[in-house]
Amino acid sequence: MSKATLERGINALKEQIDTPTAAFFSSCVNCGLCAHACLFYTETCDPAKTPIHKLEPMRRLWEQEYTLTGRIRKWLGLGKPITDDELEQWSELAYQNCTLCGRCSMVCPVGNDITYMIRKLREGLSAAGHAPDGLIGATTRAVKLGSPMGVTLKALEAQAKHVKEDSGLDIPFDVEGTEYMVLLSSMEIINYPEYLQAIAKIFDQAKKTWTISSEAFEATNSGIQIGTSDIAAELVQRVVDAAEKLKVQTVISPECGHAYMAIRWEGPNLIGRPFTFRVQHILEVLDELREQGLLQVEGVEDGRLTFHDPCQLVRRGGVIEQPRNLMRLVVDNFVEMKDHGKMNWCCGAGGGVSAIEEAEEVRLKAFNRKKKQLSKLHVDGLVTACANCRIQIEEGLEENDMDMPVIGLTEILANHLVEKETGGGSSA
Amino acid sequence: MNIEAVLLWIRGPGLGLALGIFLFGMAIKLLEIFLLGRKKNLAAVRSSGVAAGFRTILSRSLPPDGNILRRPRFTFIFGYAFHIGLFVVMFFLAPHIEVSHALLGLSWPALPTPVVDVFTIISIIAMMALLWHRLTSPLLKYLTTPQDYLVWALTFAPLLSGYMAYHHLLLPYTWLLSIHIGSVELLLILFPFTKLTHAFTLFIARWYTGMMAGQKGVQS
Amino acid sequence: MKNDPSLLEVLRQQGVSRRGFLKFCAATASLMALPPGMAPVIAKALEQAHRPSVIWLSFQECTGCTESLTRSHAPTIEGLIFDAISLDYHHTLQAASGSAAEEARMAAMKANKGEYLLVVDGSIPTADPGYSTIAGISNLEMLREVAADAAAIIAVGTCAAFGGLPHAKPNPTGAVAVSDIITDKPIINVSGCPPIPVVITGVLAHFLTFGTLPKLDHLGRPLAFYGNNIHDRCYRRPFYERGQFAESFDDEGAKKGWCLYKLGCKGPVTYNACATTKWNNGTSFPIESGHGCLGCSEPNFWDLGGFYNALSEPSVNTGNAAAFGLVAGAAVGAASGIMARKEKDNTSHAHQKVTVNDLKRGESQ
Ligand code: SF4
Ligand code: SF4
Ligand code: SF4
Repeated sequence: MSKATLERGINALKEQIDTPTAAFFSSCVNCGLCAHACLFYTETCDPAKTPIHKLEPMRRLWEQEYTLTGRIRKWLGLGKPITDDELEQWSELAYQNCTLCGRCSMVCPVGNDITYMIRKLREGLSAAGHAPDGLIGATTRAVKLGSPMGVTLKALEAQAKHVKEDSGLDIPFDVEGTEYMVLLSSMEIINYPEYLQAIAKIFDQAKKTWTISSEAFEATNSGIQIGTSDIAAELVQRVVDAAEKLKVQTVISPECGHAYMAIRWEGPNLIGRPFTFRVQHILEVLDELREQGLLQVEGVEDGRLTFHDPCQLVRRGGVIEQPRNLMRLVVDNFVEMKDHGKMNWCCGAGGGVSAIEEAEEVRLKAFNRKKKQLSKLHVDGLVTACANCRIQIEEGLEENDMDMPVIGLTEILANHLVEKETGGGSSA
Repeated sequence: MNIEAVLLWIRGPGLGLALGIFLFGMAIKLLEIFLLGRKKNLAAVRSSGVAAGFRTILSRSLPPDGNILRRPRFTFIFGYAFHIGLFVVMFFLAPHIEVSHALLGLSWPALPTPVVDVFTIISIIAMMALLWHRLTSPLLKYLTTPQDYLVWALTFAPLLSGYMAYHHLLLPYTWLLSIHIGSVELLLILFPFTKLTHAFTLFIARWYTGMMAGQKGVQS
Repeated sequence: MKNDPSLLEVLRQQGVSRRGFLKFCAATASLMALPPGMAPVIAKALEQAHRPSVIWLSFQECTGCTESLTRSHAPTIEGLIFDAISLDYHHTLQAASGSAAEEARMAAMKANKGEYLLVVDGSIPTADPGYSTIAGISNLEMLREVAADAAAIIAVGTCAAFGGLPHAKPNPTGAVAVSDIITDKPIINVSGCPPIPVVITGVLAHFLTFGTLPKLDHLGRPLAFYGNNIHDRCYRRPFYERGQFAESFDDEGAKKGWCLYKLGCKGPVTYNACATTKWNNGTSFPIESGHGCLGCSEPNFWDLGGFYNALSEPSVNTGNAAAFGLVAGAAVGAASGIMARKEKDNTSHAHQKVTVNDLKRGESQ
């Protein structure tokens, strides 16, 4: 029995509106600058895709419910009620045409955090039953099967076996009291199994104890993308329970932007209490190891490489310098795109967009932004730190007949690890 | 009633009324914003975000990348020209400072009138350019609401009438002064109920954005 | 009345040469913004003019206007012109008193019915006619009576023109201007507290020459004298432009002759001839003596918000209105904000946990 209704949606939306939201809506002067920061506008020139416009129903709701003048207007019959049709229309703007990349929030002259509000809008849209089918499917799988892509523990164990065969290293499952507990994203397990092996090698070299929980290894949180905190909380809770059960010190979020956002920044707020353990992104861990001299690498990549910042990691997550420190470790010819770091351009597939079938066309259009950046740079390859970005970029490059390898940063580092007697892997 | 009496009313009771309504509306506006409240951040923050919040309050007044000629150039150039011009005119014309002196007891050195005059012209030109842009750019046409035009007119009227008063254009000075002060009063009265509030609420907006980003270790 | 000598004859008797007289006519022509060719016309008209009958009524006034017109430092042609009119009734100046004086007034009114000029200084009390009476006749009554057969009325001084000082808040006598009472006669307002003497003689000369009143502004003042703004003609204007203001009457700026705007000068909204004709035989005008213009030729100049407060300052205390607005706003804002907050808290209570089974629309749709 499904129970999504307009009332539930509006209720959820009203619950989301807070002091910052009210300040943001009070401040917007319709200058249109946010549009120029958003790849969905720049690559389509469709004014409806102006970031702040994606919030119009929410703005009206705020005005009508939470301001005196709005209430008076509503009371006089001058207000325009929010309808299902409208929400359906805005669902397309808020889900398919926004990756929650946060770039708009960086340029707004009055300082509006538009992304913060779009995340909130999704809360209402999903409660009203206007979330896209693709995301509903992914979220359902995440809750019911433990992974949005339906990746089971069995599949992971099979990958672990591969790693063992390949490198001779054990993948430790459910070990209590380790320093680190590693989370993975389904995409990595399926598309980039190299990541698991890289982690194993690095920790082996650094002599760090780590484990994977068989009960909660999935890091992707579809609840965040669809914008349903109740579901996101349930998914976070699984990780928290596992981490607390295994008494680990630090939970490591994998090379995935949204997973980091979900567990690192939204997590404690979702479950309503601070964590008893640390949460770090794998790049933060690696950079720490580098600083401590525990990351011994040799040799450098010979090509001209650049780094694509995953939005949730950099702009929305605060992991900015670490990937650069790590890049310099193994890349001699490291060049930055013009807009990089906290002002990077999104790949076009984050925020759940990649899970929405109907968004495919606009997603590939949005990629043009990255394409333009890359063609200016004349690089031989691109490094990133998010499986989702990686798939999008690979697909986009292929679509545009651009040939260029796309690699995960952790993987590159693993390739350059100083050979150890116990190790069986290859080095570049 | 002759214009002298109108000026007298505008300089006295009218101003009181306008100020009263302005403060009335702003008190409502700010309380409505703050009383909504917000959830405390439970995540382990990288910093309190206080410094970052204050920095954002300042930094959003500067062009991103420190380059005014950024895209979209038009909005940046004329947006700055208008705001800077307005700021100078509002705060550095001697008669304006006298208002502050009378109302708040605060005063500071004024700029020579011809200098202020130049800024007025800059501001007026920039505002007209921005209006033209709003009327012609497909993006802005799409976003613009009637209120945007109202707010434009409310801001433009004091600038233009002030300029005309200074240069004694078209009407006797007494008329122009009445129109000028009257237009400012209209601006004050409608201020709290339109997006003109951005002049104040942007500090709140920037603060939260900067603070929340700062807690994550990003200077927004 | 009597077979009066002509104006020229009178002037001759007073020792004014023809040359001096022509000079006066030329000056009057230029002051009144008439083409220079008009000077001989004025001279001719004045030479032949017979002393017109003038009745001067003084109501609620301080005699300053009369002083200004009659007590010039040295005898002037302007002063002499005054000798040359037949001032048939004037409290201060006439020799007669009591019923003799009133009889003279009645006689003059009768003899020159419809032709005499009525000059008024002082405002007229309306709250209670008893506030100001002359020979037992209230000002209001006397004004109506004398105005009825006058050719024109010259309201001399700001009190007669606009109510002036007696009209200042709270105006206990209900003082009003001549034009508030008489509406069916041409009225020339020669405002100023006091007005410039030459303005009066100029108006008289105009009347004598052309038999008409000069061009007036929207406040009924002769444009020739009130067409210019003090600020526009002020020799301190360059300091205003440069932003150089005296901050007090004895600071460096004041000594250097800087602009008096901040010390309350009302020049920018004052229309008068002071800056050009000056006072005391062309010696100076107030701003030249270091004091800001009070705006004395403007209506309500007493209530313009303080002589020493800058023109841009509020003319009344706005503190109460502001405080009231703030307090009321805080109350309404708090109520509205708390309502909004309640509403928001209600949504939390009404929140039903969303599970993956709730993400799609029900069949009810
Ligand atoms: S968060 Fe990114 S994708 Fe979404 S509206 Fe803002 S700039 Fe566009
Ligand atoms: S950049 Fe900010 S102020 Fe400008 S339209 Fe977007 S949200 Fe509004
Ligand atoms: S002294 Fe008065 S009239 Fe002269 S320039 Fe200053 S403000 Fe104007």
